Amino acid sequence: MALFFTRAESRPVRFDLSWPILLASALILCGLIVAPLAWLVYFSLVDRAGSFTLDNFRQLVTTPAFVEPLITTVILSVSASVACCLVAAPLAFLVARTDMPLRGTVRALMTASFVTPPFLGAIAWELLAAPNSGLINQAYRAVTGAESDQYLFNIYTLTGLIFVTCCYTCPYVFVLVANALERIPGDLEDASAILGGRKWVTARRIIIPLALPAVLAGALVAFLQSMTLFGAPAILALPAGFHTMTTKIWSLFQYPPKPELAAAASLPLLILTVLLLRGQHLILGRRGYAVVGGRQGAARVTRLGGWKWVALVFALVVLLNPVFLPYGALLNAAFSRVPSQLVSFSNLTGHNFEFVFFELSATKLAFRNTLILCTLAATIGTLMALIVSYLTSRQAIAFHRTLGFLATAPVAVPGIVLGVGLFLTYTRPPFVLYGTLWILLIAFVTIAMPSAYQQLQSAFRSVSSDLEEASRILGASRLRTLGRVTAPLLRTSVIATWCFIFVGVIRELSAAIMLFTSETKVISVLIFDLNESGDLGAIAVLGLIMLAITFAVVVLVNRIPGFGAIRLRST
Amino acid sequence: MPKRISRRAVLQGTAALATTVFAAPIKAAPPEPAGVTPQLIEAARREGKVVWYTSVDLPLAEKIAKSFEAKYPGIATRVERTGAERVFQRIGQEYASRIYAVDVVNSSDAAHFIAWKREGWLAPYVPEDVAQFYPPEHKDPDGMSASFRVWLSVIAYNTNLVKAEDAPKSFADLLDPKWAGKIVKGHPGYSGTIMTATYQMARELGWDYFEKLAKQRVMQVQSSADPPKKLALGERAVMADGNEYNIFQMKEQGQPVELVYPTEGAPLIVGPNGLFKNAPNPNAARLFQNYCFSVEAQQFIIDVGGLRSMHPGTKEKPGRKPFREIKTMKDDPAGVERTAEDVKARYARIFRV
Repeated sequence: MALFFTRAESRPVRFDLSWPILLASALILCGLIVAPLAWLVYFSLVDRAGSFTLDNFRQLVTTPAFVEPLITTVILSVSASVACCLVAAPLAFLVARTDMPLRGTVRALMTASFVTPPFLGAIAWELLAAPNSGLINQAYRAVTGAESDQYLFNIYTLTGLIFVTCCYTCPYVFVLVANALERIPGDLEDASAILGGRKWVTARRIIIPLALPAVLAGALVAFLQSMTLFGAPAILALPAGFHTMTTKIWSLFQYPPKPELAAAASLPLLILTVLLLRGQHLILGRRGYAVVGGRQGAARVTRLGGWKWVALVFALVVLLNPVFLPYGALLNAAFSRVPSQLVSFSNLTGHNFEFVFFELSATKLAFRNTLILCTLAATIGTLMALIVSYLTSRQAIAFHRTLGFLATAPVAVPGIVLGVGLFLTYTRPPFVLYGTLWILLIAFVTIAMPSAYQQLQSAFRSVSSDLEEASRILGASRLRTLGRVTAPLLRTSVIATWCFIFVGVIRELSAAIMLFTSETKVISVLIFDLNESGDLGAIAVLGLIMLAITFAVVVLVNRIPGFGAIRLRST
Repeated sequence: MPKRISRRAVLQGTAALATTVFAAPIKAAPPEPAGVTPQLIEAARREGKVVWYTSVDLPLAEKIAKSFEAKYPGIATRVERTGAERVFQRIGQEYASRIYAVDVVNSSDAAHFIAWKREGWLAPYVPEDVAQFYPPEHKDPDGMSASFRVWLSVIAYNTNLVKAEDAPKSFADLLDPKWAGKIVKGHPGYSGTIMTATYQMARELGWDYFEKLAKQRVMQVQSSADPPKKLALGERAVMADGNEYNIFQMKEQGQPVELVYPTEGAPLIVGPNGLFKNAPNPNAARLFQNYCFSVEAQQFIIDVGGLRSMHPGTKEKPGRKPFREIKTMKDDPAGVERTAEDVKARYARIFRV
C-alpha cells in the first residue's frame, strides 16, 4: 500500500487518457447513483403540486401503517442476521479449518443456496410449511395422527419469514467467514500451542478474535440483505396480514400511486444503511487488516476425530433448509398434478412443463429479456468495475478516492429504493427510459457495482504492478496495458465477478418489480406474478429451468478455452 | 366467424334495441357494427401479433389466446395477465410514459372502462355479434366496450375438510368462530373481482361485516383465482370470496371443492373487453375483439372456463346452476368508480395489508 502511494506521488503528471476516463467514469457513476437519489429526496419533499412540504414525513411517522412495517423490518433484520451468524460461522469454521468429510461438497451446496433467489426459496417453503397443505406439516400429521388443523411449522408468520430470509442470507456470512478463517496463518496457532495453549484457549484467544471482523461484516451484510429483501416478505408476510418496509413501499405504487410517499418511505432504509456502513467502518477500520497482512503459514486443520461425523450431520441438517428441502418441494410440484401432494403414479403429470413451454405466452419474452440483461449487466458491470478499480488501486488519477466512493455508494441503496429513484428519474424527460430494457440494465449494473468493485479491487491489490510498469515503459498506453497485461493476470477474478453479477441479476426482484413493463418483463417478475395467482406448478418449472441456466452459464464461462486457465495470481 | 351476417339482419337486430338506445340520452352514436372481412384478417396477419392485457385466470387466458391463434394462424397472441387493479395501474403508468403496448384490454373491474373512456383512451368498435345479440346493459352506448365475460364471486369449501351439512350458507355464517383461521380471501388492491365484490358487499352488509371478518384471522392472498387454488391444495377450508369459474373448472376435474351461493346474494362481476385507440396492432386488435364475442369463443369460455356469457346464442353447461336461478347482488360500475380509492383504503386499514 504505502509503496504504491509514494510511487504515485512521485510520478510526473502527463497528459494521457486519464482525465477523459475519470470524467466519463465519474459521470456515469453519478448518473447511476446520484440522479435517482436526488429525485428521491426531491419527491419526498414536495406535494402533488410540486411545492415544498414536510407532510410526507409527517405521515410517515404518525401513521401506524408506516411505523409498524418499520418495526417489523428491524425485528426481521436483527433476528435474521443474528441467526445467520450463529449458523453460518460454525459451518464456515468446519469447512475452512477442520477435517470434516465432504467439505468441498458442503461449500458447493452453500453456493447453490446463494444462486437460489430468495423469492423462489420463499415459494418453495410455502409448499413445505404452509400450515395445512405444507408437505412437512402433512407428514407431521400423518406421523403423529394430529387433527387436521394442527401443524408443526407455519411459514406465514414473522418467524417463518425470518427463517426463510436466514436460509438465503446465510451464504453471504458463510463465504465471508470461511475466507477470513482460511487466511488466518497457522503460525499464530502454532505459537499458541507452543506456549501451552490448548485447543479451546487457542480458539478463544486466536481464532475467534481474528475471525470476529469477518463475522461482524457478515452480520452487517445479513442485516442489509434482510432489510432490503422484497420477494420473500411479499410472498410470506402479506398472506399473514403484515407488511415490511419494502412491501409497504411497493404497495404505495399500486393504484392510486403515491410516489411522493414512497420516496419518503424509502429514506429511512437509505439512512439506516448509511449509518450501519459507517458503524462497520468505525468498528473494523482499525483492526480488520491484522489478518490480511500475513500469509506465511498454511491454515492449520483442526482434527475432529470421531466428532467429524457429528459435524457432517450438522452441516447436512443446515443444508436441508436452503437446498435439499426446497428443491425437493419444487421438483415435486413440477411433476405433481396437485403441488401439495407427493408425486405418485396417479398424479404424475407433464402438464406444468407443457403449460410453461407451449401455453404461457410470456415465457419466451421473459427468458430472452433476462438473458440479455444478465449478459449485458455482467459484461458492462465487470468492465466498469475493472476500470474503476484499476484507477483507484493504481491511484492513476487524482480524485481516485471519490471514484471509489461513488462505486461503493450503491451498497447503501436498497434495491427497491433504487427502483423508486430510477422510476422517478427515467419516466420524465430528458431521459425517458421507462419501458425499455435500459432502465433495468442501469438498475442491475448499479446494484452490482459495489461488490464487483470490491472484488476486483482486492484482486488488483494482490497483483504487483511490475509487469504493468514494464508495459508502460515499453510505450503502451494505460488502457492497452490494462487490456493486455493486467486483465489477463486477473482472469480468475474477472470471471468470478462476471458470474457473480450474472447470478445477482437473475436473483433480482426488488428493483425489477418497480421498473418492468409488459414488454420488459424478466423471469423473477414473471414468477412473482404467477405466485400472486397461485400457479405453483408453473413456478416450480420456471424456477428449476432458471437454476439450470444459471449453473450452465457459470460452468460454461469457467471453461471458455484459454480463459481462466492461468493462475498466476495464486502464487 | 361461423356465419356471415347481412347488414339487413344487423339493422333488424338493432331495431329491436332501438327503444332502449334512444331512451337514454346519448352523446354520440355507436360506430357501425363491424364484421370479420378478408381485408381485416389480412391486415391483422401483417401485424402478426396482438397484445391482450387481462385479469382472467392465467391458464384460461392462455387457452383463449391459443383458440384465437388456432382460428387465425399467424397472429401471435400475447397474454399480459395480472390482477385487474394492477392492469389498471400498469396501463396508467405506461400511458403516462407514452408507452403504448396494449391492444385489447379485459378487466374484471368494469369501473376501469369508465375511467379509460373519460381519458379518451378507448377506440370505438362494435363487433357484429355485440350489435346484434348483446343486451344494452352489456355494451357501452358509444361502442367502447362490451361484456366479454360475466361471473360471480362465491363462497366455496374443500369437501375433504368440511362436510356439506357444516358448510357455510351465507356471508354471515363465515363470522362463526368455528371458521377462525380457516378462511382464505383475495385482495381488492390486486383483483378487480374482489374490488367489485367488496364494494357490493360493503353496500349490502356494511363495513362492519368486514371488521368482523378480519377478526377471523383470514389468509390474505391476492388474485381472486387464488382462493380456489388454496382450497384445492387443502391449505384453507373455506374461501370468503373468489371466482365461481375456477371452482367450476376444479369441480369438473374432480378436485375436492364445492361452491355455495350465499343467501345474501353473490356479488356479480362483469368483465368487459375494449380496444385502445393507440393500439400498436389495431387490426389484430379488431379481429381479436370480434373473435372474443363470437358464439364460438363465448361457448368456449363457458365450456372450458366456467364463465357466464351474455351472448344469447350460447348454451349453459349442464350440471352448473343456471345464471338466472342465482340470487346475485347488483353490479354498479359507476359506484365502484366513485369509491374505489376509499374502498381500498378502508380495506387496507381493516385487514392491515
